[in-house]
Amino acid sequence: MSDIKIKITDREGVSHEVDAPTDMNMNLMEVVRSYELAPEGTIGICGGMAMCASCQCYVQSDHQLPEKSDDEEAMLSEAFNVKDNSRLGCQIHITEDLDGLEVELAPEEA
Amino acid sequence: MIKTDILIIGAGPTGLFAVFEAGLLQLKCHLIDALPQAGGQCSEIYPKKPIYDIPGFPEVLAGDLVDNLMEQIKPFQPGFTLGERAETIEKLDDGSFIVTTNKGTKHHAPVVAIAGGLGSFEPRKPLLENLEKYEDNGVAYIIKEPEVYRDKKVLIAGGGDSALDWSIFLADVAKEVTLVHRRNEFRGALDSVEKVQQLKNEGKINLITPAEVVALKGENRLEKVTVKDTSTSEETDVEVDDFIPLFGLSPKLGPISNWGLEIEKNAIKVDNTYDYQTNIPGIYAIGDVNTYPGKLKLILCGFHEATLMCQSAYQKIHPDKKYVMKYTTVGGVTGFDGSKKEAPKAVVKAID
Repeated sequence: MSDIKIKITDREGVSHEVDAPTDMNMNLMEVVRSYELAPEGTIGICGGMAMCASCQCYVQSDHQLPEKSDDEEAMLSEAFNVKDNSRLGCQIHITEDLDGLEVELAPEEA
Repeated sequence: MIKTDILIIGAGPTGLFAVFEAGLLQLKCHLIDALPQAGGQCSEIYPKKPIYDIPGFPEVLAGDLVDNLMEQIKPFQPGFTLGERAETIEKLDDGSFIVTTNKGTKHHAPVVAIAGGLGSFEPRKPLLENLEKYEDNGVAYIIKEPEVYRDKKVLIAGGGDSALDWSIFLADVAKEVTLVHRRNEFRGALDSVEKVQQLKNEGKINLITPAEVVALKGENRLEKVTVKDTSTSEETDVEVDDFIPLFGLSPKLGPISNWGLEIEKNAIKVDNTYDYQTNIPGIYAIGDVNTYPGKLKLILCGFHEATLMCQSAYQKIHPDKKYVMKYTTVGGVTGFDGSKKEAPKAVVKAID
């Protein structure tokens, strides 16, 4: 198993290219936290249960992502700043197919 | 003024277990929590989710863990100030503290233990212009007293359990209930969804989906809410007395961050080599709210931190007393309510 490259634009608009492991059972929210691309306490608040929208991001590349679960769909319907390409980072599992993925973190809810 | 030995801010699992450990040392506790019920995130965010890493429990639902903790600490008669947020802290000359809530309730204690998790849960507010103008003037985020809505025209927005449950409840109280949600699907208990369907069919709930509230109108008080049908983009004004957006809660560290405590990464720095005390002597921080090298935000770590904090608090409150830790198996549990639990004594009896 190898690492993949992901391009993440943080909430200040700064772009980071990071290596994400595919063999650590990680999701995108956890990758963002492990590189501290958003302050602790502002992302992954519910721990990854799709029960808050603090890890919302906009997917900018045209990767084929897994379908949204009912939970994710429901959470996004109550989140703010939602766009057509919004996803919850915690529901995106890091796999080799996602090499080259580009995402932008949604603004922090006030 | 509420007086206690250890004032605990946050009634999540860590704060609740601190009551038990303090009780073993004959110290009394009082807890403040912004939520209307004890349990913190376990009750508020994921009561029905299983937890697998509580020692001795192969699997326990978060809500059941809270129920068990409440049962465990019952003999120590903790006091609760619920539905209020700890706002200010004042250190008196004798080193004790007065903590005042946003409702003005005052608490006096020699030791303060912050077990605040990610902070106090605040309602998520929709991004609407003029929203603040109508707060407490037709807009509320929490329903405290349902009778307020008797014979009123109420519009609720949201798609979760609380939006469904309150729509059902208020259908019998209010003159008119309108429920607005961005999708046709609701995320709630099946019973609640079916009940809303039934009330809609009976004409008792006016359901507008997929739609969202886009504007608020009214001279001094809220009078109308503009609802936009998100499939057709058509906007309609709905006459209302009250608008209740129920979009869940999100935690904020809030006023605690202005108490002069050292904060790092949205958490309070503590001395993890000893007793989880903060930079202000007498104020401790335990559980998810603290940080130190190697910190893990786990409930089981919060339990450990609470235990060591209580030992240190005991020394602070009784500097002249010597104390030796006693196993509950040996010493039993003597409650402030007069109850006593102890291991059954072996019988000494001759066998003929």
